[in-house]
Amino acid sequence: MKSITRQKPFKEIQEQLGVFDRLFIVGCGTCATVTQTGGIDQVTEMKDRLQELGKRVTGWTVIPIACDEMTEESMKENKRAIEEADCILVMSCALGVHRVSLYIDRPVIPALDTLFLGVEDTPGFFREVCAQCGQCILGQTAGICPLTMCHKGLVNGPCGGTNNGKCEVDNEKDCAWTLIYNRLKEQGRLDLMRKYQPPHNFQAAPRPKTLKIS
Amino acid sequence: MTSSFKEVLDSGRFVVTSEIAPPKGTNLETMLHHIELLKDKVDALNVTDHQSSVMRFPSIGGCLAIKENGGEPILQMTCRDRNRMALQAELLLAYSRGIRNVLCLTGDAIPVGDHKEAKGVFDLDSVQLLRAVHLLESGSDMGGNELDGAVEFCAGAIVTPEANPIEPQLIKFEKKVESGAVFFQTQAVYDLDNFARFMQHARRFPVKILAGIVLLSSARMARYMTENVPGIFVPQDLIDEMATAPKGEALTRGIEIAGRMIAALKKESICDGVHIMAIGKEEVVPDILAAAGL
Repeated sequence: MKSITRQKPFKEIQEQLGVFDRLFIVGCGTCATVTQTGGIDQVTEMKDRLQELGKRVTGWTVIPIACDEMTEESMKENKRAIEEADCILVMSCALGVHRVSLYIDRPVIPALDTLFLGVEDTPGFFREVCAQCGQCILGQTAGICPLTMCHKGLVNGPCGGTNNGKCEVDNEKDCAWTLIYNRLKEQGRLDLMRKYQPPHNFQAAPRPKTLKIS
Repeated sequence: MTSSFKEVLDSGRFVVTSEIAPPKGTNLETMLHHIELLKDKVDALNVTDHQSSVMRFPSIGGCLAIKENGGEPILQMTCRDRNRMALQAELLLAYSRGIRNVLCLTGDAIPVGDHKEAKGVFDLDSVQLLRAVHLLESGSDMGGNELDGAVEFCAGAIVTPEANPIEPQLIKFEKKVESGAVFFQTQAVYDLDNFARFMQHARRFPVKILAGIVLLSSARMARYMTENVPGIFVPQDLIDEMATAPKGEALTRGIEIAGRMIAALKKESICDGVHIMAIGKEEVVPDILAAAGL
């Protein structure tokens, strides 16, 4: 499982930086390195680009896992360079951006958009397979989540837009219900598809979601 | 007062419905003209619900206009734009204003429409919406609360007889039947042999099936539909027939084809009726009916 990110358009990053001239850049050694959006290469490339624009980069670091407690340590280690900066540009997913914001009083600016939590199907191809809805029905849908993989999140079978196994929204994408149908058929479990699925409980874990292990 | 459309469905005679597209804006002139033109020529008129995810005057507004003009409306309700609370509320409003027929649809996806950044709701799907209709009829809402005044609808749904693969579509069709759909309007059909095969399956269920007839207005449109619209198959001989129409006569040819198909469906008792979709050419629906001998 990885937090999948995409770099924001450079123009948007520039706009967010606005009048800030001095900045510190943070990358992430885990997911954003795998997706090539916040690893060492991307961080140094961003540094060079911003310096070309006349910005002053007071320092940079790639935290091994930007979303966990090591971030605090890393912020302390880089205290001096961070204090010299007007803001922190974070090249990690939003979990890392949030984490960084907890430990410093400088404005934190995301350089990436966080798209989804996904798996790497083939090298360089990431796919969302779970929407983390809090009410798993994979046992009835042959391990394929229609809430995630059907564009409309339909739980009672395909819509009329299904087209030769592809989705009406994007013919490069598989119709989730054709996949589910094929697999259930193979397993001799089509009765599961015939079963009425009641409306989804969208408050199974109400937002903001929290969990405390007692 | 129950649905007069339901009485027609139960009468066993060949049923004809058509549909009205509300305007983009508040100028209702064309829509009202089409209502006036068609309300006495068909058994009921659907009003589309932001068809193709394009924002328009609402379906319920069109249905009220039909009602005010003495016609029989079928309220199309998609699950795309309203959550379960809004859907139920609109059903209460519809019933209170004399609307007695509802067609429950999933709805097209947001990205195909003209508000591409909108949030697609899909809190319910079409099967769950059918159940919600019946729950409201029983006097309760989806929250388990009692209603002060229930509803009564003739509920319908859609099915795509040319879907590929067909079995998932048939499973969903059966779920819709079990969830209380009493009539079905199909996606456009052009190949009557394929459709007759679908009907052999559908006949096992106690529901009325109205074949979807989409008027062909040109060979180009026929080709476009068969190549691009999921679940629509236009046989090559029909495309050729459209292509060989004399210049300026393609629409007339399309009307002939639609009329011929309707007449065949009726004569051979293949299904229980037709749903005519003229898509912007509502003006010629009476000509299609005449061509069909209706």
